[in-house]
Formats: sequence, structure tokens, C-alpha cells
Amino acid sequence: MAPPGDGALALDDLVKRYGAATAVDGLSLRAERGAVTALLGPNGAGKTTTIEICEGFRRADAGTVRVLGLDPVADARALKPRVGVMPQSGGVPGTARAGEFLKLVASFHTAPLDPGALLERLGLTEHARTPFRRLSGGQQQRLSLAVALVGRPELVFLDEPTTGLDPQARHSAWELVGDLRAAGVSVVLTTHYMEEAEKLADHVVIVDHGRVVAEGAPADLTGAERQLRFRARPGLGLDELLAALPAGSAAKESPAGHYLVEGDVRPELLATVTAWCASHGVLAEDLRIERRTLEDVFLELTGRELRA
Amino acid sequence: MTAPASLDLTPAPGAASLPRMIAAQTRYELSGMLRNGEQLLLTLIIPVVLLTLFSATSLLDLGPGRRVDFLTPGVLALAVMSTAFTGQAIGTGFERRYGVLKRLGATPLPRAGLIAAKTLTVLLVEAIQAVVIFAVALALGWRAHGDPLSVLALLLLGTAAFSGFGLLMAGTLRAEATLAAANLVYVLLLAVGGVVFPLEKFPAGVRSALELLPISALADGLRQVLQHGAALPGKPLLVLAVWAVAGLALAARFFRWE
Repeated sequence: MAPPGDGALALDDLVKRYGAATAVDGLSLRAERGAVTALLGPNGAGKTTTIEICEGFRRADAGTVRVLGLDPVADARALKPRVGVMPQSGGVPGTARAGEFLKLVASFHTAPLDPGALLERLGLTEHARTPFRRLSGGQQQRLSLAVALVGRPELVFLDEPTTGLDPQARHSAWELVGDLRAAGVSVVLTTHYMEEAEKLADHVVIVDHGRVVAEGAPADLTGAERQLRFRARPGLGLDELLAALPAGSAAKESPAGHYLVEGDVRPELLATVTAWCASHGVLAEDLRIERRTLEDVFLELTGRELRA
Repeated sequence: MTAPASLDLTPAPGAASLPRMIAAQTRYELSGMLRNGEQLLLTLIIPVVLLTLFSATSLLDLGPGRRVDFLTPGVLALAVMSTAFTGQAIGTGFERRYGVLKRLGATPLPRAGLIAAKTLTVLLVEAIQAVVIFAVALALGWRAHGDPLSVLALLLLGTAAFSGFGLLMAGTLRAEATLAAANLVYVLLLAVGGVVFPLEKFPAGVRSALELLPISALADGLRQVLQHGAALPGKPLLVLAVWAVAGLALAARFFRWE
């Protein structure tokens, strides 16, 4: 782990309370320079609060924050030009024309990107003169992304950058994040799209109840483990199957009619399962062998119940 | 479709100089304000209509003296209030509500720079208003006299007082409440602040209370200078200074950025 101050982000034992509610509860994490770090978590997990503390919008009640080695509040003046911020929504006056607002923010910097080229890259050229409030949700998101990038920052915070984007725009935003990474920009993003985290991030930090519950490279988090799934009539007795499987395997039915076999998935295990099915007159439908996805890991760690 | 232009995303951060940032923000705010129809109605059309209508007709009893000499200072005071108070309160209130102030807070433009740009914008709009109002007044037969420095002092103190309370409202109330309250205050002060209706028409007790309003102090002070040739009228300047200090101190204390 890089020493504090060395990375893009170094948070230690961060705490933030709103009245009686604790939004961030002893959160520690590191984000490396030049890497894409994704904060993944359910709604209300504390992702946005954490990001806003890093951006200097909120002060933590306890803990330390270092952004590019600096304090986001005390060193705000040195930090602002170096950091790009894309908030979750809004932040642009409704009457402002898209191109003019982007030009305004560009003019606060010494060597900004060309606003016209940036609009073109984000597919907004024909909306340069459209007032912000008349842009679609996805167009507003893209303009917001442009505003975060126009100053050529070293570090960008993207709070749910692709929420509300259509598939084309989402892929184009992903491509842009890839280009940022290739150019050496550090990216810290929040998302609740597993696919996004899996695809983009070098480092995924799963946050829940204001704490880090797991972190690592996407492949490390999902592990090399495979699992076998199939559908069949509900209520099959699994004891006999378990007895036939190698030690350390597990089999369960959840939800009814959906069967999951975990363990060392080899050809022999597949043969055992299908033989057992055959002996019970069961046709295993949708039989498949797959790796655990980030979504499996995420749901295991954060539970399946819906959050208010 | 042409291929998207290639962008050099390599980090090259750096903040422009503070004067450049303030100039850019001022240009941006000014162009937004001049394009906003409701703002123009408030800042230019209503004052010009009031000035022309009541100068050219005898709908109102404006007391002794030439009508345009009475109306020009009052309308000038109204113009200051509409820009520094009403327009600024509503504009800033909605910027706060839509997270614009927060978003600008993430850019290299410091808060003091944003306040400076807003103040400059208000002063520039007021300069445009003054030019238009004086031009219309001259066309209606008004003759410029009085001490320009005294006029300037009154306008600046009035601007400070109205800005303070405009920002206080924008930074503490919900945007919709600010919209309603700022318009209500505008109409009320237009009615009872000696802008076009002379305060002499009110009963003495009410009148002495009304004279302590910032709009009355500004209108009365401008009248003392422009209509009666006084220099640095003491009481109006004092009343405006008290409002300015109170408004700016309260705004500095209670303004919330988001």
C-alpha cells in the first residue's frame, strides 16, 4: 500500500454523521494514481458523502482525508484546479447554454481542453446553444462530465457518471474513462452498475453502511471459483447429490426450482450432477457453469433485501 | 459522421489568474442577465414605463414641482432595488437550489471571486439602467443637475444594502419562497417607498416609519440631490449605511451555499 499522501486518495477512519444517522462509519481506502477506482454500494451506503468529503464540500467528523496528498479543505485553493468534479446531478444553471457554461469553466484554467472538441467527443456539438434545462437527462449527464474534464485535471471524481445514459452513450462514457486512464488521469467513480465497475475499474471498493466491506481488483473479488446452475422442478432432495459430490462441495435450492452447486467444478462434478439428475428423471434446464460475477459478490456482502 | 476529434487528456492543471476568472464569470453573468426576459422586464421596462407614464400624464398627484424631476430619482432608486435585491435574490436562490453554487465551488473560482463577479454584474447592469433612465428622463424634459459624487455614494450604499438582503434571502430560503418573497417585497416597496407615490400622502406617523425603509432613503436622498441640489444628504446616507451593514453582516453569517 502506498504511504499516505502518495496516492490519489488516502482516507483513514473517516466518520460523518448527519444528526443521529451515521453516513460514513470508519471508512478507510486508498486510490492509486493513474488508476480507476470504483466505489460500489447500495443506495445510502455512504458513497456520495465520502466523495463529497474528498471534494471538500463536507467536512468529516473524524478521520483523515488526503487528496493528491493534500487536505481538501485547508488546501482547497491548490487542489481545485487539479481535481475535476462531476456531481450526481445538476450544477448547471437551467438557462445556461451548454457550450457557454463549458467555456466559462474552461476559462478558469490555464491550459483547458478545447470546449468545442470536448462537446464533439461527447456528441453534444449540435446542443452547444441549447439551454441546460432543455437537454435530455443523458445530455445533461454528458455535459456535466465535460465540465469535470475541461480543466485537464489530474484526478476526477465521477458520481454515478452513467446513470440515465442510453447504451450508446454509456459505452462512449466508458471509452472516455478508459482514455483518461491511458492519459494518466486518476479516476474515482461511484456506481451501482456491477458491469461498469467490473469493466472499468482497476480497483473496486464495496461500501455498505458507511464502511468498506471488500476491496480488490475485480478478478480478485470474484475469485477463480466456478459454479454450476440449473433449473428443475422444486423440492428435489439434495442430500443424495451432496453425498455423491466431492467433499467441500455445496448444493442448494434458492429460489425454488433454481439449483446452485458450488465447489471444485470439474468435468467429473458435472458428470455426477447430470447422472444424479438422470437417475431422478430430472431434466436440468438452463444448465450452465459460470464464474461468480461481481454482482454475486456484491449481493453476498450487502444482502438481498431492498434498501429504503 | 466524422471521427471525433482527438483530445489530449494528459493532465495539465492550473488556475487562471483571479482577475481573469472574475472577468469571465462577470461576462457570463451579464450576458445571462441581459438575455433573460423577466430580468429585463424588471430592470428596464418597468422603470421606463413608470417614468414615462407618470411624467407624461397627470394620473398621480406628485405634489409641487415638475413631474419628471420628482419621478427620475424615484425610478432610479427602483432600478437599483430591482437589480441588487429582486433580481439577485431570485437568480442566486435558484443557482443555490440547482447546485450551481456548489458546482462552481468545485472549480478554481474562489467564493470571494464569485461574489465579486456578482457585485460587478449588478453594478454594470445598474450603469446600463442609469444611462437608459437618464436618457428617457432627458427626453421627457428632465435637466441634469446635482452633485454626481453624492449620487454615486447613494447608489453604491443602496446597492450594498439591497444586495445584502437579496443574498440573505437567496442563501437562507427555499428558491420558490425567495421568488415569491422577493417579488412581494418589490411590489410593497414600490408602493410605500416613495418611488412614484410621494410619502407626503401618508399620515405623519406612518410616514416617519416609511422613511426608514432603504428604498425611501435611496429615493429621498436622490431627490434631495437631483431635484433640490443638496450634497451628501446626511439622513438618507445614514439610513442606507445601517441597512447595508446589517444586510451584509446577516448574509455573511447565514448564507448557505447549498
